[in-house]
Amino acid sequence: MEKNNLIKKEDVEYLANLARISLTEDEKEDLVKELGKIIEYVSQLSKVETKVTTGDISITNVFREDKVKNSTNTEEMISGAPDKEDNFFKVPRII
Amino acid sequence: MDILNLKLWELKTLIERKEISSVEITEKVISEIENRDKEIHSYLSVNPCAVKEAEEIDKKITRGEHIGLLGGIPVAIKDNICVKEMPATCASKILEGFFPPYNATVIDKIKNQGAIIIGKTNMDEFAFGSSTENSSFGPTKNPIDLQRVPGGSSGGSAAAVSANLCFAALGSDTGGSIRQPASFCGVVGLKPTYGRVSRYGLIAFASSLDQIGPITKDVRDTAIMMNVICGRDENDSTSVDITVPDYTGFLNREAKGLKIGIPDEYFIEGIDRGVKDKIIEVVEKMEDTGMVVKKISLPHTRYGIAVYYILGTAEASSNLARFDGVRYGYRTNDYMDLYQMYANTREEGFGKEVKRRIILGTFVLSSGYYEAYYLKAQRVCSLIKKDFTEAFKEVDVIITPTSPELPFKFGEKAEPLKMYLSDIFTVNVNLAGLPAISIPAGFVDNLPVGLQIIAPHFREDRLIEVASFIENCIKGA
Repeated sequence: MEKNNLIKKEDVEYLANLARISLTEDEKEDLVKELGKIIEYVSQLSKVETKVTTGDISITNVFREDKVKNSTNTEEMISGAPDKEDNFFKVPRII
Repeated sequence: MDILNLKLWELKTLIERKEISSVEITEKVISEIENRDKEIHSYLSVNPCAVKEAEEIDKKITRGEHIGLLGGIPVAIKDNICVKEMPATCASKILEGFFPPYNATVIDKIKNQGAIIIGKTNMDEFAFGSSTENSSFGPTKNPIDLQRVPGGSSGGSAAAVSANLCFAALGSDTGGSIRQPASFCGVVGLKPTYGRVSRYGLIAFASSLDQIGPITKDVRDTAIMMNVICGRDENDSTSVDITVPDYTGFLNREAKGLKIGIPDEYFIEGIDRGVKDKIIEVVEKMEDTGMVVKKISLPHTRYGIAVYYILGTAEASSNLARFDGVRYGYRTNDYMDLYQMYANTREEGFGKEVKRRIILGTFVLSSGYYEAYYLKAQRVCSLIKKDFTEAFKEVDVIITPTSPELPFKFGEKAEPLKMYLSDIFTVNVNLAGLPAISIPAGFVDNLPVGLQIIAPHFREDRLIEVASFIENCIKGA
């Protein structure tokens, strides 16, 4: 196995499940190695001294009038769907 | 004289004087793409209606009507910007067959000024990369040296401009994706301030960092493109309502007395010797012309890549959740239930680097790691911003190399982390939301070197002023 134990195969499987991507065994093995190295690299941030300073940028709310406007019509919006019926996106049975 | 070599502003004059028609130039560009782009591969699709659109412009000229700032001029668009009734693939299989039902705001703006959209350009899939090697449809080659990459992710746009296969292009820049390919292809690329240009219709990668900007043959052309694309848009609430000046008014000024900051941290070990010497040579020339050069420090520079790959992938993993085989693009044939439909669509539709970044982004946001990675990165990000704020109290602009290296060969950076590090001089600008431009500084070993100028927020005028001044000095030398 890899010498760094930051990321194991089970971790990759867990993350791939959260992200809804099925992976081949080869892909999983590559990701264990690559993610391990990348995470090791980004972990250098833990050494940087930071005060609790996330809110230092002045973000202001942007408002607009609550008015109904025309938007692109449904037929056009749905035209690129892989599967549809009438004006609905069609997906496999959910419940 | 080959008209394809002309700058955008030169062609504009010829069209206005009726010395050439828009149809003539459009047909010429299309046949040039057919001939030369087989090798370069800067385009993913060409607009079948381009000539028809050019005819409309020519009719307007005959009638003596206004044709706009870009009247009749062929412009190329990165394939992550939506143009109605043209493909928008993001160079990904997952968007194969997708035709956006609307135009991005920047597309409406350039079309309102008469531009002819000539085609959509190649890129790293979803803009994830620095070489255009991650395109699902094959890489773009650097027109200056076909053995080398054009940079990325807007490699197709930069190569198309450099090879005279259009007169200007739009790209997007999340961590250097306009400036680095501009540098590698020997052209000009500007990443505007966060909020200066609407992103409505840009397929999102990292929403807190993405900006659309122009890639052009010279600084004047950049100023013209900026005049067209900037400004507040109610469809992008992050765009800001700050007056857009006429950027062409800042060309050819005497930039004497302006203070240039040279950050120590951008001239470190590991940077290509030739690149470093070339930039220093230009800076010394600036000093001779009366600019004040001052050494400065941006102490948190070295953390930029780590911060960027945490924040960038976190946002990408959320933004790319929308590609699920339901509303547009590709859907797998191999599924029994909803879960399999999602997971197999994404497995088959996304390329390697996209999966890598989604999984990494999912990791840094996952419970137990969120605070150590994502929150920590945000905090370090604010320190990077503060570095720039402090620096701009002392200097007007900051000058650095755009890239630490010359254009590299295909396959040279197969290791992901190695590729990530090529963005080291560009990512901090995105993290701080600042505007920056890359202009050609000259050649080393017959390969172009880009010089990056960074200005305070919304001071693109100053970027144009300094870039134009340096461009003139280099030309005059």
